[in-house]
Amino acid sequence: MRRSIIFWIGAVAFLVIILLMTQIIGNEYPFFAGYVILQFIVLAVAWTILGGYAGYVNFGTSAFFGVGVYTAVLLTKAADAPLIVQIAAAAMVGALLGLGVGLLTLRMQGIFFSIATIALTIVIETSVTNWRYLGGAAGIQLQRPPVTPPFHSYVQMLVFVQALLVVLAVAIARYIQNSWIGRGLQALRDDELAAECTGVPTLRLKLLACVISGALMCAAGAPGAMYLQYADPASAFNLNYSVSVLAMALIGGTAHWAGPVIGAILLGVTQQLLAVTISSEVNVLVLGIMLVLFVVAAPQGLIGLFRKLVHGRAEGKA
Amino acid sequence: MDLLLDAVVIGVLLGCFYAAVSIGLSVSFGLLDVPHVAHPAFLVMASYGVFFLNDRFDIDPLVAGLLITPLLFLFGLAAYRLYYETFERRGTDAAVRGIAFFFGVAFIIEVLIILQFGVDQRSVTASYIGKAWRFGDMRIPLRLVVAFAVASALTILLALYLSKTFMGRAIRAVAQDEEAVRLMGANPVRIKQWAFGVATAVLGVAGALLIIVAPVDPTLDRAYIGRTFCVVVMAGLGSMSGTLIAAIILGVAETIVLTLFGASWAPAISFALLLGVLAVRPQGLLGRRS
Repeated sequence: MRRSIIFWIGAVAFLVIILLMTQIIGNEYPFFAGYVILQFIVLAVAWTILGGYAGYVNFGTSAFFGVGVYTAVLLTKAADAPLIVQIAAAAMVGALLGLGVGLLTLRMQGIFFSIATIALTIVIETSVTNWRYLGGAAGIQLQRPPVTPPFHSYVQMLVFVQALLVVLAVAIARYIQNSWIGRGLQALRDDELAAECTGVPTLRLKLLACVISGALMCAAGAPGAMYLQYADPASAFNLNYSVSVLAMALIGGTAHWAGPVIGAILLGVTQQLLAVTISSEVNVLVLGIMLVLFVVAAPQGLIGLFRKLVHGRAEGKA
Repeated sequence: MDLLLDAVVIGVLLGCFYAAVSIGLSVSFGLLDVPHVAHPAFLVMASYGVFFLNDRFDIDPLVAGLLITPLLFLFGLAAYRLYYETFERRGTDAAVRGIAFFFGVAFIIEVLIILQFGVDQRSVTASYIGKAWRFGDMRIPLRLVVAFAVASALTILLALYLSKTFMGRAIRAVAQDEEAVRLMGANPVRIKQWAFGVATAVLGVAGALLIIVAPVDPTLDRAYIGRTFCVVVMAGLGSMSGTLIAAIILGVAETIVLTLFGASWAPAISFALLLGVLAVRPQGLLGRRS
């Protein structure tokens, strides 16, 4: 109970700080960079719900992200829908897509599930590429509507919206982790057959994890259309999103919701710095090397390292 | 109708080429259960090796492919050793982190190629590239014929190696029952390492074919994740004859869709087939598992 209170105080404080920053800081650039990092936090936390708790490695993050972007594009083009409607619709589409993916693939184990999610990404990307109305391969330009007060610029508003999504995602992940859902997912992760035998409704739980994870990923993608004022299939469905998000979650550690948050902040900031100071190629190189290093040397991520450190000290004292 | 016949003929040729680029994965993933998503990245890396030798020393691409084969073999041995020490030996959720590991490796290879050779498409020069055979109205590029011949030979040779030689049979024995191999007094890890080396070495010639058939660029491996895994899964894990059949099905499907609907649908075909196979018949055409 007390932990919950502390958590919510922290969440509100985080939102207030972001809101204050949008009022005080005039320079746009920090918000451009900050938006990307917040977006990665949502994606990494959403990924962990299925990939970490349930142990199903999803390589289709870019599919969900891209579908979120293009849901927003479609609604803007067809109905000039406001941002909140775009995000809500994207979340719904994401939930449906998650359900579809779950029904289609969750009876597959290990690598087959991962390969199937990559396949799904490419199939959806190709379909969007061939959808003339959404601009096809060349992409589509979007016009931002006027900004609503109290924000001064649209990007600042998007940052605040994405911060709200971060709080939502973390709250959901935290709830799942501490409830019977999380325990059930963990049980099926360790031994699916044993979990099924002891009465854990494994398939329903996996579907639930897929739906929640998918809805959050799509919601995180939706504001991206307005952020760039442009969308094209090759970048919206880029496999780099899948690998970045996977790397963030694994580097942070997937046993606790704080893992993906730490991983996303760490890797997100590094990427922003590298992309600005050196080049985007080196950026991807660093991503790959960090992923391999952590998977090989610190399989439980930073959270695992931290726990080991604390445990080690406790043992030393006793 | 003529167009369709054209598509089928080209598709069969292309299919045999797909078999050659997938056969290594058929060993490493199909027989050894290594989640080798970096296989296409290794393939593209081999292509760039061939490009380098062709561009710098004017060596025929196929000869260049043979020249880099021993290097690739050693590379494969080292890669399996690292994978084994860090994942298989530790046991727990090796599959999950193994996939992440190979994805990271694929990304590193991609970027290293970009840093070394740039993002432009690269191609090789040889006497048989750019010419074509004509049968009436049908026009068959000679480069595809060369790829078809070499790919068929490579696939059949590897199939023979696995069924006739002592080491090949040992590899299949490990795939069938690792514990039994251990009880017979053999070391399954060394056999698997050897097999992974062979699977990687084959990529020398396969990589040469890849750059003969079409120009390569550093991110080409992403398209081939779909193609190679589609072939191996459709074949039924580890089945060599299945690999050839599945590859031809994929090749024909690609060229037919290309003729009927246009090139923009091409990337999705292999992935869609793969999804279909996984959903409907996960054990593949000639699967070893029920």
